[in-house]
Amino acid sequence: MSAAGHAPTAADGVAVRARDVRKSYGARAILTGVSFDVLRGELLALLGPNGAGKTTTVEILEGYRRADGGSVSVLGLDPAKDGGALRHRIGLMLQEGGIDNRSTPREVLRLYAKFYRDPEDPDALLEAVDLGRAATTRYRRLSGGERQRLSLAVALLGRPELLVLDEPTAGMDPAAKQATRERIASLRAAGTTIMLTTHELGDVERLADHVAVLDRGRIVAYGTPAELTGAGAPRVRFRLSAALAEVDTPALAEAATGGQGPKARVTPAGAGHQYELEGLEAAPDPALVARLAAWCAERGLLITELRLGSASLEERYLELVGADAAAEAEGA
Amino acid sequence: MSTAHHSRPLGTGAPARPAPWVAKALALTLNELRLAMRRGESLLVTFVIPAGVLLVFSGFDVSGGTAVGKPVERMLPGSMSLAVIAAAMVSLAIATGFERSYGVIKRLGGSPAGTSVLVASKTAAVIVVEAVQMVLLVLIATALGWVAGPGASLPLVAAGLILGTVAFAGFGLLMAGTLRAEATLALANLLFLLALVLGGIVLPLERLPATVADASSVLPPAALTHVLAIGLGGSTGDATESVIVLAFWAVVLAGLAARKFRWD
Repeated sequence: MSAAGHAPTAADGVAVRARDVRKSYGARAILTGVSFDVLRGELLALLGPNGAGKTTTVEILEGYRRADGGSVSVLGLDPAKDGGALRHRIGLMLQEGGIDNRSTPREVLRLYAKFYRDPEDPDALLEAVDLGRAATTRYRRLSGGERQRLSLAVALLGRPELLVLDEPTAGMDPAAKQATRERIASLRAAGTTIMLTTHELGDVERLADHVAVLDRGRIVAYGTPAELTGAGAPRVRFRLSAALAEVDTPALAEAATGGQGPKARVTPAGAGHQYELEGLEAAPDPALVARLAAWCAERGLLITELRLGSASLEERYLELVGADAAAEAEGA
Repeated sequence: MSTAHHSRPLGTGAPARPAPWVAKALALTLNELRLAMRRGESLLVTFVIPAGVLLVFSGFDVSGGTAVGKPVERMLPGSMSLAVIAAAMVSLAIATGFERSYGVIKRLGGSPAGTSVLVASKTAAVIVVEAVQMVLLVLIATALGWVAGPGASLPLVAAGLILGTVAFAGFGLLMAGTLRAEATLALANLLFLLALVLGGIVLPLERLPATVADASSVLPPAALTHVLAIGLGGSTGDATESVIVLAFWAVVLAGLAARKFRWD
């Protein structure tokens, strides 16, 4: 399953198991039966719109909240009961800083290091997350990205078996995002089990072994990124050097499918002359691409971008979450 | 980044083992005290105001002739009482309220420190601050000519300080754990002022209207001042009723705080 070759086996098994987890705040149901596994050594990305229940799910796994129903097991223990035996084995990177405004990064890391017998060297971690120069700056003066990096460093002090990252790259500049992405990839390659929530779907496609999509309190899709994107309707996305005349779009659809796809149609898909060929009956094949290119060539149109087959994870995600919203509206 | 010196990425490898409970509590207590030193407004309330009240009001008799002896003999218990209210209630409530709103409490609760270390460290930090306050106030009082009265009882003073601390810390944590940080800030400061008036601290209760004085005597500030006044020998009488009042509030307020405190 994974490129690094540490696919989980039955022996090391499951790091996190959630079964039919339910949680309400008063009359408001937040989780209505959430089930998923995080296998040891893998990276699971938990996706979902704001308010879908991601943070509540993570907080139940962390032992901050008790589920109303269902069962949760983290590293073989119940987080609601066995917090003391569990907390030093988990690294948490929370969305909210959770650090006193008057503390400096060095003080925070040295304090949290004292909670372990044999932690990582706090000063080495400071350098590693590129906070060496901000080591004695009060927390309230740190930038959003610096706060996030400090939070990640705190999470790594105890060499956790399970790392829970809640929006780890939020507020970071592109360079810091890239460095954090690389760090997450190297942690995963070294065998750390990682559970990640994020809105950066590009990161998820590159980093995640499995993706669970949470919407309105339940998991609406689960699979590898390839499985999820492959499950969408087949389509072709392309960008042209100039706009298509509206009257030409049915002709292009017919030409590209060789007349075999009566439902196929070409629709505009964004600025800069982007189009989508959708309603295909089968996955795009070389002949389809050749016909599409030939049709454009005859009209002096250059194809400047072409993306085949499945949707990007982002498109698939929007389909899933949007479809669910539509179904909800119909049911109401 | 700088993982070049390591054969493994930082943060991976055999998991670290948790430190002993005492080591965690000590580290967090020292952190609490270091942060307390950085809160200027907290230093003002915990040290400057009680010491100032003792210094200023020992200079003249505010009892309107109802008190016997030197003013400092009446002002020392009052300023000690005020110091306990400042450290255990005002300062603890405000600091904890903001820590809660910033997620500090939640993060520490979910760290290997856990809740018990967190509570122990906050308690220890309050005790250290109070010890420094008491030494400071007794030194000032001594410089102003205070000597312990003949009926002084260290156990009674200790009982008063402990019960008062539990009661005020319970109320402070109840506010911090249930209200917004800004509301806690406002309410704690308001109660500090009320305690100054209703706690027999500057004015003896006898100088308040009778109904106000009666109501005040069953509230923690005046009860603590009364216990301390008898314990320090500056006042004669029976402290039993006030000790019972303090113990009642200690149980009720600490119990409520434990039940109602929300982490976020």
